[in-house]
Amino acid sequence: MDAITHLDPHAAHDPHHEHEHHELGFVRRWIFSSDHKVIGIQYGVTGLVFLFFGFSLMMLMRWQLAYPGQALPVIGNALGKFFGPGSMPDGKMTPEFYNSLGAMHGTIMIFLGIVPVAFAAFGNFVVPLQIGAPDMTFPKINAASFWAFFVGGVIMLVSFFVPGGAAKGGWTSYTPLAVISEQGPGYHPVLNGQTLWLIGFIFLITSSLLGAVNFITTIIQLRAPGLTWMRLPFFVWAQFVTAFLLLLAFPPLEAAVIMQLMDRVAATSFFMPAGLVVNGSPLHISGGGSPLLWQHLFWFLGHPEVYVLILPGMGIVAEVIANNSRKPLWGYKSLVFAALVLGFLSFIVWAHHMWLTGMGTTVSAFFQTTTLIISIPSVIILSAFFISLWGASIRFTVPMLFATAFLPMFGIGGLTGIPLAFNSADLFLHDTYYVIAHFHYIVAPGTIFALFAGIYYWFPKATGRTMNMFWGKVHFWPSLICMNVIFLPMFLQGMLGMHRRWYDGGQGWNIANEHVWGLTGFQWNTPISIAAWCMGLAQIPFIINFFYSILWGKRVANDNPWEATTLEWTAPSPPGHGNFIKAPVAYRGPYEYSLPRRGKDFTMQNEPIEASERKTARPTPDPVVIA
Amino acid sequence: MNESTQPHSQEAAVAPPDDHTAEHVAAHVRKYIMVGVTLLTFTAITVALSYVNFGTMKANVAVAMLVATFKAGLVAAIFMHLSAEKRLIYRILIFTGFFVLGLFWLIYLAWYNPIVR
Amino acid sequence: MEIPYTVIARRDTGLWNAKIGIWLFLASEVMLFGGLFSAYVFLRLDAAPGDWPHGLLNVPVGTMNTAILIASSVTVVLAWAALKMRQFARYKIYMGITILCGVIFLVVKLAYEWPQKFEHFGAFIKDDALEKYEPYLGNKHLLAKGLPPRKEITGHLHNKEALSDPNVKEYEIALDPVNADPANSVNDRPHFFYVPPTDKIGTVEKADVKYANMFIPKHSPYFASYFTITGLHGLHVLAGVLVFIYFWLPVGANMYKRNPEHLANRVEVAGLFWHFVDLVWIFVFPLFYLL
Repeated sequence: MDAITHLDPHAAHDPHHEHEHHELGFVRRWIFSSDHKVIGIQYGVTGLVFLFFGFSLMMLMRWQLAYPGQALPVIGNALGKFFGPGSMPDGKMTPEFYNSLGAMHGTIMIFLGIVPVAFAAFGNFVVPLQIGAPDMTFPKINAASFWAFFVGGVIMLVSFFVPGGAAKGGWTSYTPLAVISEQGPGYHPVLNGQTLWLIGFIFLITSSLLGAVNFITTIIQLRAPGLTWMRLPFFVWAQFVTAFLLLLAFPPLEAAVIMQLMDRVAATSFFMPAGLVVNGSPLHISGGGSPLLWQHLFWFLGHPEVYVLILPGMGIVAEVIANNSRKPLWGYKSLVFAALVLGFLSFIVWAHHMWLTGMGTTVSAFFQTTTLIISIPSVIILSAFFISLWGASIRFTVPMLFATAFLPMFGIGGLTGIPLAFNSADLFLHDTYYVIAHFHYIVAPGTIFALFAGIYYWFPKATGRTMNMFWGKVHFWPSLICMNVIFLPMFLQGMLGMHRRWYDGGQGWNIANEHVWGLTGFQWNTPISIAAWCMGLAQIPFIINFFYSILWGKRVANDNPWEATTLEWTAPSPPGHGNFIKAPVAYRGPYEYSLPRRGKDFTMQNEPIEASERKTARPTPDPVVIA
Repeated sequence: MNESTQPHSQEAAVAPPDDHTAEHVAAHVRKYIMVGVTLLTFTAITVALSYVNFGTMKANVAVAMLVATFKAGLVAAIFMHLSAEKRLIYRILIFTGFFVLGLFWLIYLAWYNPIVR
Repeated sequence: MEIPYTVIARRDTGLWNAKIGIWLFLASEVMLFGGLFSAYVFLRLDAAPGDWPHGLLNVPVGTMNTAILIASSVTVVLAWAALKMRQFARYKIYMGITILCGVIFLVVKLAYEWPQKFEHFGAFIKDDALEKYEPYLGNKHLLAKGLPPRKEITGHLHNKEALSDPNVKEYEIALDPVNADPANSVNDRPHFFYVPPTDKIGTVEKADVKYANMFIPKHSPYFASYFTITGLHGLHVLAGVLVFIYFWLPVGANMYKRNPEHLANRVEVAGLFWHFVDLVWIFVFPLFYLL
């Protein structure tokens, strides 16, 4: 530690160094840190970079869909050189490269973008603060978790530059295609896209497992005195359930990934049936494996993963809505139990991703039933959020704008999922753009909006400065409009039958003849793509605002700029090592806004119950006035 | 004294005293050795039983799994102290057990009930 | 800054941090091996009669390894008990035995069992050629007794170049007893002791072979799952041994001097992991060696 202290030239100027018990050098403080806040920020920044990278891949694909076979102007040639031969010769995208972009877009957005930001970054930064803990229970494991994630991410990125390019089997890596692809002459036996995808995945899974163990133990063990389970902020509950999903759903996928790795590297046939013929010659493998097995194990993670993506988002939205509606969150207990039921049920719905694989009617009926049941807790959560807004004097701050936008967007995404839950309807909609639109409505304007809400909301806690609210609104409105212009027409395209993996965007298919609102399904690609690029532009104000505010943003006047109630706002902004100056004690629930007979409209969790409150042990809420 | 400052009214009462004090442990040592011997015996038994024909392969598998489950139960209950563990651990394991059984059962079901084969 | 409850239990849960942590980790391990075993079940159920090999592993060696692992489970719990009773010298002995057991297990696996498999050879016969190799397979005899058919001819491969050279048209195999004398009822069920291949050479034409390879992972889903599961299990054994060595070295002694209870807790946690590894083996052993 002493040896590297001299590496930090800024240490002397750092205003927060006085709070430290012992000084740490730059490397220990910001790179190999074991402080949950630093790890949270590391996860957050890395995850946001990956999110933007994954989005950039999609912007490239949108060019090919809007203008199939045409050279990408301006940057096309440079990109072709950057990604190597076979990617974009003369700026024209090859089908193989398009497949790579599709597979890596999904992988990066989910496993390197949203999970690290929603679960790991916010969970790491906010959860210990919200439960009044000095740090995570296992700080070193926490750091190991981040570095495993980082290595996994680097491996995924490196796979773009090996001979043949990145994985092309889709983010689901269905076998046998994923096993036979990128093998043979011209490919390195190990350093090829799909194998690196698998190896990177093992690191990512390890990272998630370490993180999940840490989160659950922290929430169980390090809650502040008096912070009982039913006094936990909903965000903590959401992270708790998410951690359990990761803990129990990821290992079967890890098993499957190991088996697919064996299939590729050791030529086993876990997922390979006998009698496969590739390029006209029979494959020399023993056979006897099952492609269905891969799908079962993949979706055993894959479905809980959906809730891993959405639950932290719901948690953030709950915090932001309660804070900005200045009301207690409506139906706190039903929210908590809905989240628990959601987590539980998410383990037994996975095969609804597999209606078209030849499973029998009994299995289909079982999974169809559980799938429909799981919509109930989701609806409970969404309804509770909507009712929380009822009769509130809402402050439309930027986090609140994103949080309120989350509600209808998630609603659209959720409701359009119901046709997919019925296997009869899914036969028609399976693998079309309808599915793309459905899950993107949940994840993109849903979860990502929640993430933006969270970033704007907790930014003052992390940096001691606020982000600029005007530029926040400049970020929000174009993003909201573009999101809908991108994804609403996709429902129509999907119902016209446009397949999600068509390289030419459907121009050669029947869809080129079906007209909706004057445009064929195929022609919708152009406005969608333009909206996607605008969406990319709309993120520029955010990026500038983010970095500008870290350095020169308006300083917060006190530790609780949003006048919130939960414990993280009792810590200094930014909190020092060990978080709290005085260990907090919780006396009340998380959302005590607008308590009657109080001078201010928020009562923090660490404010003791006063004698006047004791007479009415449970304050009766004011009647709802419908204006 | 305010009751809200008491951490956890509901679960504070159920935490039993730690029975892993030195005297308790000394009393357990004999038990650990006995369990070890039992496990070795049952290893021999399961090997022997695999050479007995129970009619079908399925029956042999069932018998072997029964013995293995018994052995695993001994390891879990005695060596891993699950026979007297805190409620929280049981809760975690019940969930895990449920999901792992679900995984087995549903994958078996999907094998058992295909449209095409 | 101190993280609370690293050594002393929190009152309402009655547990210290690492105990919860390790159990959560073990829960994920249950799911990991659960995934692998469910794959095993799926593949085995899916295999046509005769395609799933039996009795190809060395049962006495497997039994011995099982016994070693069980013994190490006993010693690790005794090592923990010694720490609890503050008998550091006994702790060192028991822990040393545990480490030794783990190392023996790994050496037996990697230096004896696996290489022995890599030298063995098996050829799955095409269904329409089974009749032709009846002298090696003895399916009429098995049919009469109501046993599942044999489709594989195993033994030591004499002409190793046959594996890579397409000009070599047949495999010459020093047959295993079961293929050398297939109609003998002695060979109906696997042998307990390993019996080496006989001197009898069987010739199998490549044109009649569905798939043939040494006993390496790609030989069949059986060996694929055997090597994957035992390999992953072996990695767990290795991890456990490394952790134990760490606690056995002076690091452990220093920790003991600072706070004996802390070392006892850490050994307990590592021991829980070790017992779990033992527990997995208890299922691996019958599934792969005996059935």
